[in-house]
Amino acid sequence: MSDLKQELKAKIIEQLNLEDVTISEIDDNDSLFGDGLGLDSIDALELIVMLDKDYGIRLSDPKEGKKIFESVQVMADYIEANRTK
Amino acid sequence: MRAEFFIKSFCRIENGQVMFNGNTIFTTESEIFSNFSKETYRHFEISYPKFFKMDNLSKLAFLAAEIILKNENLDADKNNIALVFSNRASSLDTDRKHQKSIENSGSIFPSPAVFVYTLPNICLGEISIRHRLYSENSFFIFEKFNAEHLQLYAHNLLRTKKAEKVLCGWVEFDGDDYKAFLYLVEKNAEIPHTVQKIESLYYNE
Repeated sequence: MSDLKQELKAKIIEQLNLEDVTISEIDDNDSLFGDGLGLDSIDALELIVMLDKDYGIRLSDPKEGKKIFESVQVMADYIEANRTK
Repeated sequence: MRAEFFIKSFCRIENGQVMFNGNTIFTTESEIFSNFSKETYRHFEISYPKFFKMDNLSKLAFLAAEIILKNENLDADKNNIALVFSNRASSLDTDRKHQKSIENSGSIFPSPAVFVYTLPNICLGEISIRHRLYSENSFFIFEKFNAEHLQLYAHNLLRTKKAEKVLCGWVEFDGDDYKAFLYLVEKNAEIPHTVQKIESLYYNE
């Protein structure tokens, strides 16, 4: 689980082009949107594509992302429970 | 006869070099645009994290606009500076990236963050958001630099009072080649906004 969280943090930084943000600066329970990392709606779509591409999880309703992408911890829990690859 | 409108300032970015009003204000050895753009961003101490999410065309346009507009003492709420940009390759650099992500039928994962930049005029939106420009904006595609069109369009916007100033020019990004030439037109300045003068500044003559 810890490895997955580290992996997610690295992917978020790289794929969402978060310049000047390091893995150690992202707490497992930090909000990804709003006051936390400040991600936007395009970033949310990018995370949905990442779930599909890297973990074989296809969200049927993009609104589900709001809950799943609450924090790295919540994302990791969801991926562990639903991943197909 | 005195000209009706004038070029207040101009910026050129190409070959790892940033020029403002004819003077080189930043240069780097970086041949790759991604490195050059990042170094330019840092050199001018710009603080705008969204910059790193932009495509190459928008980064190029953003930097040139930044150099010109940072000296304009813009209003914190609203500014009426129209944008009239042009180029030859449209958004081809980003279009190619998107194409690559959908060409393999066994692995189609287009990036939403890339897709949103598959129009050249998106760079106008980025600049408008950054500088709070509530103004007219247009992006034209031409075979080559078209000073006549820029002059005509800018004068029309100023004469009809659709804009107080117009930021015009050329922003081209295709493969390894990039060039931005932007200039600000207004009523009171020194350089006459004539086709001849626009071309001489563009071609750096």
